[in-house]
Amino acid sequence: MTIVSRSWSARLRRLPGVLGVGFLLLLVVYPMLWILLGSFKQQDEFLSEPFWALPRSWSLTNYVSAFVDGGLGIYIRNSALVVFPSLLLILAFGVAAAFALEVLVWKGRSSVLVLFLAGIMVPTQMILLPLFAVYYRAGLTGSLWPLVITYTAIGMPLSVFMLATYMRAVPREVFEAAILDGASVYRIFWSVTIPLVRNAIFTVALVQFFFLWNDLLIALTFVSRSDLRTIQVGLLNFTGQYGSVDYGPMFAGISVSVFGTLALYAFLNKRVMAGLTAGAVKG
Amino acid sequence: MDKVFRDRRATLVMLAPALLVYTLVMIVPIFWSVGYTTLDGNAVSGFTFVGLDNYKAFFQDSTAIDALLFTLKYAVLLTVLQVVAGYGLALLYVFYLKHRSSLVRTILFFPVILPTVAVALMFQRVFEAAPTVGPINTIIMALGGNLTDFLGDPHYSFWVIIVMDLWRSMGFYGVLLYAGLVEIPDDVIEAARLDGAVRWRMVRHVVIPLSLPVLLSAVIFSINGTLKVFDTIVALTNGGPGTATTPLTLYMFRTSFAYGEYGYGSTVAFMLTLMCLLVTVFIFRSMRGDATKG
Repeated sequence: MTIVSRSWSARLRRLPGVLGVGFLLLLVVYPMLWILLGSFKQQDEFLSEPFWALPRSWSLTNYVSAFVDGGLGIYIRNSALVVFPSLLLILAFGVAAAFALEVLVWKGRSSVLVLFLAGIMVPTQMILLPLFAVYYRAGLTGSLWPLVITYTAIGMPLSVFMLATYMRAVPREVFEAAILDGASVYRIFWSVTIPLVRNAIFTVALVQFFFLWNDLLIALTFVSRSDLRTIQVGLLNFTGQYGSVDYGPMFAGISVSVFGTLALYAFLNKRVMAGLTAGAVKG
Repeated sequence: MDKVFRDRRATLVMLAPALLVYTLVMIVPIFWSVGYTTLDGNAVSGFTFVGLDNYKAFFQDSTAIDALLFTLKYAVLLTVLQVVAGYGLALLYVFYLKHRSSLVRTILFFPVILPTVAVALMFQRVFEAAPTVGPINTIIMALGGNLTDFLGDPHYSFWVIIVMDLWRSMGFYGVLLYAGLVEIPDDVIEAARLDGAVRWRMVRHVVIPLSLPVLLSAVIFSINGTLKVFDTIVALTNGGPGTATTPLTLYMFRTSFAYGEYGYGSTVAFMLTLMCLLVTVFIFRSMRGDATKG
């Protein structure tokens, strides 16, 4: 058997595998591509052309309509106004608590860590009604505060747990050396621990960002005014707003949501994969 | 040195914000909700004490029982499919694609982080029957089948939810289980191969036993997530047609916020929490038993 024919038969034997993997990739990529192409089509193209047809022109009118008539810009702004302050609070509180639970030594610290951990399992439905009653009494229902407060609390369990795990990996000698150099507790926290777990903090921030940005349940419960809707609630109501389904702007809205996420993922995919799966194994 | 690590004031200062927020916004409301289950009414109209009537009502409410059964059916089926599909992908990455799997892993993982609402709207269009014919129906008709209203038929809409959730999550379980598989030392695999183990026998007798711990965490994570399913279903079918695809989470949301029944809504939430707890403990017990035997 010559080398050439062997390599051909080897290639032929690989063919089913290659086709299988190609089919899998197509299954994941094609629907998104289809939505992107659809975002350039006009209403009559949806109704009269088959699904695989390319758009007649590449005009951005659907995007303009999604932002101007659909309020997509306002929804994105609301989401940002809620998600970033919540993230900041989650990280600030979470890092400090993880330090107190993992680096500092006191009686009962493992029970408190378990108490935090227990929160991961409880369904959010279990806390909605009392919170709704309190926010209603406090007159907060017409603002974005209920979301910030609830997100901060819901982010605590996983963040504290993940950060504590990362801090456990720092050798004790590092902290002991800092103490011998005369550093105070706060100095060890600020100048030793935080720089050492900087990467972990970023990973936790990324994981929490996706949880909060993609949240529907809490946003749906506590947002009563349509101009305070987050991107997910806004997108969910996109259908109703136009009476009959207005395909173009809706496809544009989905595209913004999908490809905005892709832009972030293109740069940070390794971190995102590592962070999300780490959260699962430990949770 | 110990004095610094055992600084009481510093401990309190560092721990207090997180613990306070967590206690006030999560722990207290959990017990408060349990208290609500003995009441009837809501925060606006006021409450009356009804004892255990809400629990009695729950077990006599056929919609609630349907929602409970739907949640179980959905969670068990999707957990099995997610873990099997994820394990298949992980095997593909490790034994077929090997060091070239990185790009495939990255692409298949992407749907995991997509907003559920966007994905659901996308699937509504993909499975659409009217007024436009979506891709799936076009393909079915090209193969000689009939135009099918997938989301209008309770039997099909359940499967559309399953297909969509599998589409969203298989890449995640692929990477999760891949991380467990690559930790199996090469010489173990090599030794098994020298002993004459081939393909499926190798997978069955060598690879699966060695990846049981990570399979266990995948199952627990999956069942825990699927029992709480909400976003997917609200955005895709909104529980319909009728209440055919309504899980407990959505039923709780409806009774509480559409009908203003806080007492009954809390009871549904409490049953859901109880179910999450029982199922997790049950799986932990049974899988741990298997792992020690194998």
